[in-house]
Amino acid sequence: QWQIAPPVTFQQQQSRTPAPTPQATISSSAHNSSASTTQRSPLIVSTNSAVSSYPYLNPLLFLGFVLFSAAVSVMSAPISLAPGGSASRVSAKSGLEAATERTRQPIVTGTSVLGIKYKDGVMLAADTLCSYGSMAKYKDARRLAKVNDATLLGAGGEYSDFQSITDLLRRNALEDKCTADSLYEEDVNEECAKEVWNYLRAVMYNRRNKMNPLWNDLVVAGFSQPAFGEASEENKPFLGLVDKIGTTYEDDVIATGFGSYLAIPILREKHRPDLEEGEARALLEDCMRVLFYRDCRALNRIQIAKVTKEDGVLISDPYEIETSWDSASFVEPKGQLEGDGGW
Amino acid sequence: GTTILAIPFPGGVVMGADSRVSTGTYVANRTSDKIAQLHDTIWCCRSGSASDTQALTDYVKHYLGQLAVETGRSPTVKVAAHLMRKLCYENKDNLLAGVIVGGWDAVDGGSVYNIPLGGSCIKMPFAVGGSGSTFIYGLLDSEFRPGMSREEAHDLVKLAISHAMARDGSSGGIIRTVVVTEEGNAREYVPGDQLPFGP
Repeated sequence: QWQIAPPVTFQQQQSRTPAPTPQATISSSAHNSSASTTQRSPLIVSTNSAVSSYPYLNPLLFLGFVLFSAAVSVMSAPISLAPGGSASRVSAKSGLEAATERTRQPIVTGTSVLGIKYKDGVMLAADTLCSYGSMAKYKDARRLAKVNDATLLGAGGEYSDFQSITDLLRRNALEDKCTADSLYEEDVNEECAKEVWNYLRAVMYNRRNKMNPLWNDLVVAGFSQPAFGEASEENKPFLGLVDKIGTTYEDDVIATGFGSYLAIPILREKHRPDLEEGEARALLEDCMRVLFYRDCRALNRIQIAKVTKEDGVLISDPYEIETSWDSASFVEPKGQLEGDGGW
Repeated sequence: GTTILAIPFPGGVVMGADSRVSTGTYVANRTSDKIAQLHDTIWCCRSGSASDTQALTDYVKHYLGQLAVETGRSPTVKVAAHLMRKLCYENKDNLLAGVIVGGWDAVDGGSVYNIPLGGSCIKMPFAVGGSGSTFIYGLLDSEFRPGMSREEAHDLVKLAISHAMARDGSSGGIIRTVVVTEEGNAREYVPGDQLPFGP
């Protein structure tokens, strides 16, 4: 089990902490992965093309399938298993059909995700709360996910859309692994974080164009080049953001949601590229503490995750951060008769 | 967003509230005091718009002070509650205020009046209000018994408000309580990391 380095105030230099037990090794890709991205399309796969890729089915079954899919596409059923909803959304007649046309609202939501680059790689932090409106409904939700051995994804916003995106990326990673030239590590064609980030941009922008976004702010963390191959000498830590309408940018410090207002100033002030793991963790914990104080949708139970060259992707178990409630403002009452009325 | 609660016991009342004031999803003040004193042993818990309830509290405080001078004795909790009700009802179109008036007086002992939006005034065995109250009706219905002692009432107030703060995004911070009796008022606060039920 990964023992995360204890937090250290980032002003003081601390001695190198023992390296945590590795749980994953970074698989590598020898080839340029541009070939694989063209095969994978962010567009919807309609039922007809799915049928056409299986010509060797039992002919009767095949015929039935063709008739069924033809009927389905003619009817333009409001409910569709295809990702992103029906491919052809005709003008709505009933309320149910109307709901598939316009942009939805998020129902179960996660709040901020923070990320910083440090000496060994990239570190992300997020709390484990998913809110149902103003209610703190799910207090052990995991908003940091491992995509493959080189990429970490964190998300705020609609939790179901995040789960769907994680499924999609893991499906792609599995396909990469199974269609690789060989099963040896250095031949595995695994996407690095920067490639995942670019792919997600296409996915999010495509959904935005259909006025039906995946309602998430995604943080992608990892490295900018695949771990093996010609380009690996320039392999630098990578940290980027993709928002619900497909805006992308990368930076040394990233924050979504409330974090972009409250945590970014702190992160920019205190960030150094040579932060130790303990210092990076302390900095992120400080920011999560401020967010717990000032964000109505935040919780003091957080998860930290890191991506490094040696250990790959490691995500900690959730734990509670300390909070302080003993300043004079709390102790002194203000509602007394001679007071000003309670602020 | 708030959680406010008042539970009477023989000899007085325990009033409790959280300390979070929110503007949308931002916590504007995490150290606020929502239990305001209207008279020597009459207090009110405020929920809803902070500005509206502060103005109401100021008015009622003023009128009660005047009444005490004119009649020569302390006003009763019933009078305070009905004064508050009159203001809330007559101005119902312009106010967003849910208030719990509670305290001790020589006539009724400890009593609690709930004044929700709209300006009704209802005397209750215990009163709870604010956005966080929805999460603790079940707990209170199950744990409340009439005639609880002072310690039992105090513990239940702290427990119930912790549970509300654990689930309501608009409630949080610390728990402030005031125990109102004939002798006086005892203020207490429970820090946010020592709550009976964690956040």
